[in-house]
Amino acid sequence: MDEIIFLVNKVVISGAVLGSIYALGAIGVTLIFGILRFAHFAHGDMMTMGAFVAFLLAALVGAMGITAPVPLAFVVLPLAVVITAVLALLIDRGFYAPLRARGAKPVTLLIASIGVTLMIQGLIRLVFGSGTRNMYLDIEDKIIFRMDFGWLGGTRPLVLSQPQILMFFVTLACITGLHFFLTRTRMGKAMRATSDNLDLAQVSGINTQQVVTVTWLIAGSLACLAGTMLALDVNLRPDLAFNIVLPIFAAAIVGGLGNAYGAIAGGLLIGVTEALAVFNWTAVLRPFAPYLPFGMELPANLALVPTEYKLTVAFVILVITLLWRPTGIFRGLST
Amino acid sequence: MIPDRRTLYAFAALIVFVTLVGVWQGPANVSLLIAHTLAYSLIALGLNIQFGYGGLFNFAIMGFLMVGGATNVFFSFPINPDFWASDGPMLLGRALLAFVAGALLVLGARRLDRFGIKGKARGIAIGIAWFVAYLVYRSQIDPAAAYIESTSGWIGGLGLYPVIGWAMAGVVVAFIARIIGKITLGLRSDYLAIATIGISEILRSFVKNMDWLTRGTLAVSPVPWPVPQPQNLQAVGVSIDDSFVYARLGFILLLAVVFVAAFVLVNRAYGGPWGRMMRAIRDNHVAAEAMGKNVRVRQLELFVLGSILMGIGGAMLVTFSQILDPSGYQPINHTFLVWVMVIVGGAGNNWGAVLGAVLIYFIWILSDPLAQFLFLNLSRWTEAIGWGAIPEIDSRSLQMRVFVLGLVISIALRYAPQGLIPEIVHKHHPELGHKKAGA
Amino acid sequence: MAMIEMKQVVGGYGGAPVLNGVDIAIDNTDIGVIVGPNGAGKSTALKAIFGLVKVASGEVLFEDRPIANSLPDRLVPMGLSFVPQEKNVFTSLTVEENLEMGAFIRRDDIRDTLDSVYEMFPPLKEKRHQVAGELSGGQRQMVAMGRALMSEPKLLMLDEPSAGLSPRYVGEIFDQILKVNAAGVGILMVEQNARRALGFASRGFVLAGGKNLFTGTGKELLADPDVAASFLGGHG
Repeated sequence: MDEIIFLVNKVVISGAVLGSIYALGAIGVTLIFGILRFAHFAHGDMMTMGAFVAFLLAALVGAMGITAPVPLAFVVLPLAVVITAVLALLIDRGFYAPLRARGAKPVTLLIASIGVTLMIQGLIRLVFGSGTRNMYLDIEDKIIFRMDFGWLGGTRPLVLSQPQILMFFVTLACITGLHFFLTRTRMGKAMRATSDNLDLAQVSGINTQQVVTVTWLIAGSLACLAGTMLALDVNLRPDLAFNIVLPIFAAAIVGGLGNAYGAIAGGLLIGVTEALAVFNWTAVLRPFAPYLPFGMELPANLALVPTEYKLTVAFVILVITLLWRPTGIFRGLST
Repeated sequence: MIPDRRTLYAFAALIVFVTLVGVWQGPANVSLLIAHTLAYSLIALGLNIQFGYGGLFNFAIMGFLMVGGATNVFFSFPINPDFWASDGPMLLGRALLAFVAGALLVLGARRLDRFGIKGKARGIAIGIAWFVAYLVYRSQIDPAAAYIESTSGWIGGLGLYPVIGWAMAGVVVAFIARIIGKITLGLRSDYLAIATIGISEILRSFVKNMDWLTRGTLAVSPVPWPVPQPQNLQAVGVSIDDSFVYARLGFILLLAVVFVAAFVLVNRAYGGPWGRMMRAIRDNHVAAEAMGKNVRVRQLELFVLGSILMGIGGAMLVTFSQILDPSGYQPINHTFLVWVMVIVGGAGNNWGAVLGAVLIYFIWILSDPLAQFLFLNLSRWTEAIGWGAIPEIDSRSLQMRVFVLGLVISIALRYAPQGLIPEIVHKHHPELGHKKAGA
Repeated sequence: MAMIEMKQVVGGYGGAPVLNGVDIAIDNTDIGVIVGPNGAGKSTALKAIFGLVKVASGEVLFEDRPIANSLPDRLVPMGLSFVPQEKNVFTSLTVEENLEMGAFIRRDDIRDTLDSVYEMFPPLKEKRHQVAGELSGGQRQMVAMGRALMSEPKLLMLDEPSAGLSPRYVGEIFDQILKVNAAGVGILMVEQNARRALGFASRGFVLAGGKNLFTGTGKELLADPDVAASFLGGHG
């Protein structure tokens, strides 16, 4: 029983947590690619930016002496989301829209987004320094839920932290909301239409400028949510999401660029695969040790990939997907 | 390609700028900057071959610099007698055998179609072969690595002259670039960019974590110099201040020789039929293919050639700073910086790439003291009006350069997308006729 | 007054002009058909009306208002609608969503229009929840026309509506075009099936080299021996 709990803790929960973050980021990347046809590399730093916005607001609210049963950074999320969405739109107007107007190639926009990444990173560190911060204010505790499985013969608890539970709810709410938006609303359908066939969308009289605006607002909002939830789960650092921007791209590409549902599946797939790849099977196989043939014993570490190479798992998946099926496992768009 | 008037003016302005910085920062600092600049110019030239000539989006520069640096250390660092006296070489030999066996297994699986096993079955067999090969190799390399790390620390170097290390860095990086290029060059440009960013990270994690080979995060120091070092000069009676300047001058001379040789070669090739063909391929794939040019092979050629210069440049940087520290490599400092150099300088123009390298490296380095100056004044002002001083000015102003770099990219893309010294566009390519507008 | 008028339009994609002085004028009761050899600038003429091709000189008037170089998001609300030749449906959207996209500019209730489109193209009603990419060529053409009708246009422009369709569907599509016209929508179309299209056209324009070669009613053009000799050839 302990072995199963261990597996759930290490693979299912941590894989799903990571996968949710990847999914939220990948949806933004994939929507932007669908509408604007370029790989928005600055998406990771937009997530970090959103987390810092939430942090600032939480600190402000906290300074006013307000407290809540959930972390303040979570309480202020709606406002932080609005601010980040507007910032995302301003970034587009300032740095990408002029290039689009000139008819720049997708790769030029990709390089421009690297420029934006550097500016966001530089500014965040200029203002906040390079140190690590706790998203939980001093007076708040990170609540950890331990579920006891003693009645099933387990001695170890199933561990879930408060931010992880919040994250699952937020991800679920985002996905449902997005699904409703894309399939039921006029604007959402127009977004899908634009992503499907930009020329025809224009010919139909769809206001593609408006679609672009809405895309940035949604991508910015999701980035803020993902960044803040990630920062609540781990810690707030200036390189919070820059380090995971490649797994996010991997998720979007695996899911098929332009395909929001594919991005969700891709995110979870990569999150769980990463967790599985570094999982130490020895712990689970220990009960079978007595049955091993004479002279054999279980090695201390039986992980498929050493932990220090964890990051490479996503890249390997990314590269293999690009080579084997560049349009993604769930057919995506081609430019 | 002979520099035109615009190029000459731009370089004259650059020389004035560098001299002014020299007066401000002093000869010791400037000699360090120039040495770095020469290495970065070589790297930028490499990217210019790939991107400027061939339109290839290589974002794996950081990985190539790291591999070049590590190779250089392996060849030029003194021999580690502890390792050679231990069982390490024998264990590594076994790991090598396991590697070869694994490679044969995969190759065999790929040839299964000759025995009538095709399609999905062959695909599954190849997958299984890869997995088994991976397990076989891991079963040998893991204990070998653990043994070496616990007994002799790492394998050390071969103790060869550093310039040989640089050359070998070029060779090894060329080899790796060939493999990467063969796999990825068929990808669409933006996918290629993302794939190479990923590959760069994979290379980094290898150099960072293969402690037995590279010493990993423990860092290797001091990497030997190819010319007399300050302490050698001090031993023969040169004053301490002068010794640094002279030692660096010696190093700079050596770098300059390598750089000038590479530049002349690359420039001549660019002006010749080979360069024209490459640009023709870049500007119009389809037409080039229709003319019977093997586009993939040519692109691979460019990719490997550019990567050699990157490998050598990476090796030079390590030799000059005398330390190989895998944690010091960041995509910002080692990939994006080089891209900004080439874009700002003028992709497709070798003079432009070099101008960009010097200019951007100086801006990159000088952003820090400038930001400190700004912050100190701002801090004085905030103190004066009672808001208190700004904390951590040093670490914050170091970040200013990241912001400045991003700003420079954005401005360059928007206002000077062709760079400071744009490529000279010949209206007609003799081989392919008219260049397609906006293709 | 003509509903849509092109006067001596010169224009193209940026290089050498494709149109070298095209004159077209039709009324809202007309079916105008543009025919001509390959490369004559037929499709380009349609696109020039719809702002998809740059008009360098000359005039384009819709209900006497100049519309040259206006973008579709202004033209569609005025009452123009365009069915491109290729990629003219949103393949990943359902049939009904495709139709809704045609009505994007409208803020009023679109249900009546939707019903009348379904009435005109009964197969679409059956497949309303199916993804458009799964439909046959003829059905896709119906979706494309239906989508263009959803904005309740005064002028419907079609770029080779019969291209790539089987003969059975060609007749069907032409019937539907006649029906749309009977409902009071002006039609301006480019057609390869020249003989057949001129047969029901009230206005015909023969273009060659980006210029009008002949202009007249469909019947006049069919009867004109010069037209037949220079362009119609055998039977088309």
